[in-house]
Amino acid sequence: MKKTLIGKKIGMTQVYNESGKLIPVTAIELGPNVVVQKKTVEKDGYGALKLGFVDAKEKHLAKPIKDDLVKKGLPLKRVFREVEVFDESLQVGSEIGCDIFAENDSVNIIGTSKGKGFAGVIKRHGFGGGRATHGSTFHRAPGSIGACAYPGEVWKGQRMPGRMGTDRVTVKNLKVVKVLKDKNIVLISGAVPGRKDSLVIVKES
Amino acid sequence: MNIADQIGLELVPVKREQNFEVGDTVKVHYKIVEGNRERIQAYEGVVIAVNNKCGSKTFTVRRVSFDVGIERIFPLYSPRIDKIDVIRKSKVKKSKLYYLRDKKGKSAKLKEKIYVKKDSLPKAPKAAPAVQTSGEESNQD
Repeated sequence: MKKTLIGKKIGMTQVYNESGKLIPVTAIELGPNVVVQKKTVEKDGYGALKLGFVDAKEKHLAKPIKDDLVKKGLPLKRVFREVEVFDESLQVGSEIGCDIFAENDSVNIIGTSKGKGFAGVIKRHGFGGGRATHGSTFHRAPGSIGACAYPGEVWKGQRMPGRMGTDRVTVKNLKVVKVLKDKNIVLISGAVPGRKDSLVIVKES
Repeated sequence: MNIADQIGLELVPVKREQNFEVGDTVKVHYKIVEGNRERIQAYEGVVIAVNNKCGSKTFTVRRVSFDVGIERIFPLYSPRIDKIDVIRKSKVKKSKLYYLRDKKGKSAKLKEKIYVKKDSLPKAPKAAPAVQTSGEESNQD
């Protein structure tokens, strides 16, 4: 079972590695996550850990969520995600910090990409577009979408302009460069989807 | 500075002081790994730019060798830099000397900035304070 935690993207910076090279890294505030619920096969049909992240004020929580947390004597959290049961010893109320990951670990990161608004086919699907000059009247338009006699219709899944971004994106096999236990921060090499302060899920790969 | 840059800056092993300015001719002693042994290579040229990057700094050193202009960008805090020697100081009016790229020969030269210690000044500068004091003297009169 793969270790998984909920985190928050802080931003990008750069650090020197052992050989003195500068490498770009993304700082992620990872945990501490609280186990809010442990789902079991017998009771729920599948096994899972429900993790809570981001401290919340009482007035910002819906009553059923708040009551559940108060009843279990847990700190108030407002972001919840279900993950695989990666450690059987975890019980409701136990805290998981970023130190479950170590340097040079390989992780997958799931985030929500930045919104690009209503985008054309060139930006959204990488179409080639037409010539800019020399009398060309065809620039960034999508072109023919249904031809003539055949197919005589627009096929399902035809790539067209539309809303781009804010998708769930997974980036695989990124290296953990540094784990700063006291600050709950993990540095991961390279870029991570989403804007600053956006939620990310860090999963062992 | 944002939080991410602060984190990156705290992890810098050695914070080097910037002992040069834009326009100075510097000699950068840079550690190079050849096979499995390390040696130091000196790179000499004019600093044409200092940029702020992620709370740190980088500087661009330009030199012309065999009529070909070469520019290298060094991170100031890089542990690979052994030391930076300032060879010559120059008088410049801009913070980025990108105009040097279009210049050749004599027009690409920078005027040297000469620092002289106050005590070691010859007659002419000594006369200057005398002029100032003369004003005070007249007041006393």
